Amino acid sequence: MAVSDAAISIRDLVVDRGGHRVLGGVSAEVAAGRITGLLGPSGCGKSTLMRSIVGVQIVASGQVDVLGLPAGSPGLRSDVGYVTQAPSVYLDLTARQNLDYFARVLDAPDQRVAESIASVDLADSADRPVGSLSGGQRARVSLATALLSRPRLLVLDEPTVGLDPVLRGELWAGFRHLADAGTTLLVSSHVMDEADRCDDIVLMRDGAILAAKQREQLLAETGADGVEQAFLRLVGAGS
Amino acid sequence: MSPRVVLATGRRVLLQLRGDPRTLALLLLVPCVLEALIKWVFEGTPEVFQRVGVPLVGIFPLISMFLVTSIAMLRERTTGTLERLMTMPLAKLDLLAGYGLAFAAMATLQAVLVSFVAVGLLGLEVAGSTPLVVVFAVLNAMLGMALGLFLSAFARTEFQAVQFMPAFLLPQILLCGLLVPRDQMARPLELLSYLLPMTYAYDALSRVAASSTVTAEVWRDAVILIGATALSLALGAATLRRRTA
Repeated sequence: MAVSDAAISIRDLVVDRGGHRVLGGVSAEVAAGRITGLLGPSGCGKSTLMRSIVGVQIVASGQVDVLGLPAGSPGLRSDVGYVTQAPSVYLDLTARQNLDYFARVLDAPDQRVAESIASVDLADSADRPVGSLSGGQRARVSLATALLSRPRLLVLDEPTVGLDPVLRGELWAGFRHLADAGTTLLVSSHVMDEADRCDDIVLMRDGAILAAKQREQLLAETGADGVEQAFLRLVGAGS
Repeated sequence: MSPRVVLATGRRVLLQLRGDPRTLALLLLVPCVLEALIKWVFEGTPEVFQRVGVPLVGIFPLISMFLVTSIAMLRERTTGTLERLMTMPLAKLDLLAGYGLAFAAMATLQAVLVSFVAVGLLGLEVAGSTPLVVVFAVLNAMLGMALGLFLSAFARTEFQAVQFMPAFLLPQILLCGLLVPRDQMARPLELLSYLLPMTYAYDALSRVAASSTVTAEVWRDAVILIGATALSLALGAATLRRRTA
């Protein structure tokens, strides 16, 4: 892919956390307007890579550019939506109160609150305290928050963990809809079957990137029928 | 700084408090009950209630706002909402000012209520102006909030945060002059008391209680309290990081 198409460009990124090297010189690009799946086993550095992209991670060395600016630049704060694995919302407020607050911080128009709630299918429980909702519902409140500013880039860390298959399907349809409208999505998962819904794949293991390419190309090059098999072949080939 | 974000944050903090009626009741009622308790404990020596009653109107909000803020800020850190806010177009000062606004409102309510109970119902005598007592109570609440905000950065769990109360506030209560006049303490402690902000809270309120003229010392105490608050807020702001390890 051409450099101008890249929404995210990572060069030689090194991150240490708690005295351990979590990312050891990682380079990758994420294409604009597509869904990129960031896949790999738990603990391989996916979340750290995402934190570096949204600019909340202290990095040891390397460069991360997002939408043409260094990651974490003040100019990116309305353009990048970030959903962490743990739902980062106020448990003692209702979903609507959470979204009202974040909408004002983001200076998003009022009707976005209702739109975001509807887009994650939470209208029925929007007025209950988030703390009384199920894990899946909390995750959706967190996701709705990230949708408020209509960001150009959405970074979603394991957004579908613990959701039932119907809802997972609906969320992925929503992601596709956003990508069709021009949003770039980077979605992490440790469930390889979700990778088959992505356009591009970044496979990670032990703080390194095994492969970063279009899904079709990855499958063709490894001769696999699915991303899980491709991962296994790549790991087998490397050992 | 953005007034929109400050107001939204203040409103959000008040909504969180409103959603927790038990905390709200404790914040408002406990100081009133304690004032009454002190009056009746010192039934035989009523001058003690007259001496400590007014300073306590200001020291209660300091303690409760310290606790509420340190736990609230710790929760912002541990649940990831602080990290989320730090990725949004929000200045650190917006967040701090929002908290300040909400807790100033709570402190005013608390101080008005406890002043009403102490002065109106329990017969506490204030030579100076009662509104000035409320003003100092609010200044103290702001100081408590600023200290809580700063110290919460050093707590990893709520257990630790709660222990900061006896660790940082109890020594100040002992040394501020509430229990014993400061010039009767061991000399090193008397000198140490000059470095502790609660000393000036106690001094200001006892001066307002004792005299109807607002002296230069009262103004000086107010300036020191505001200065200590600003310093803790600046230190607190420095602990809010956009990037963390």
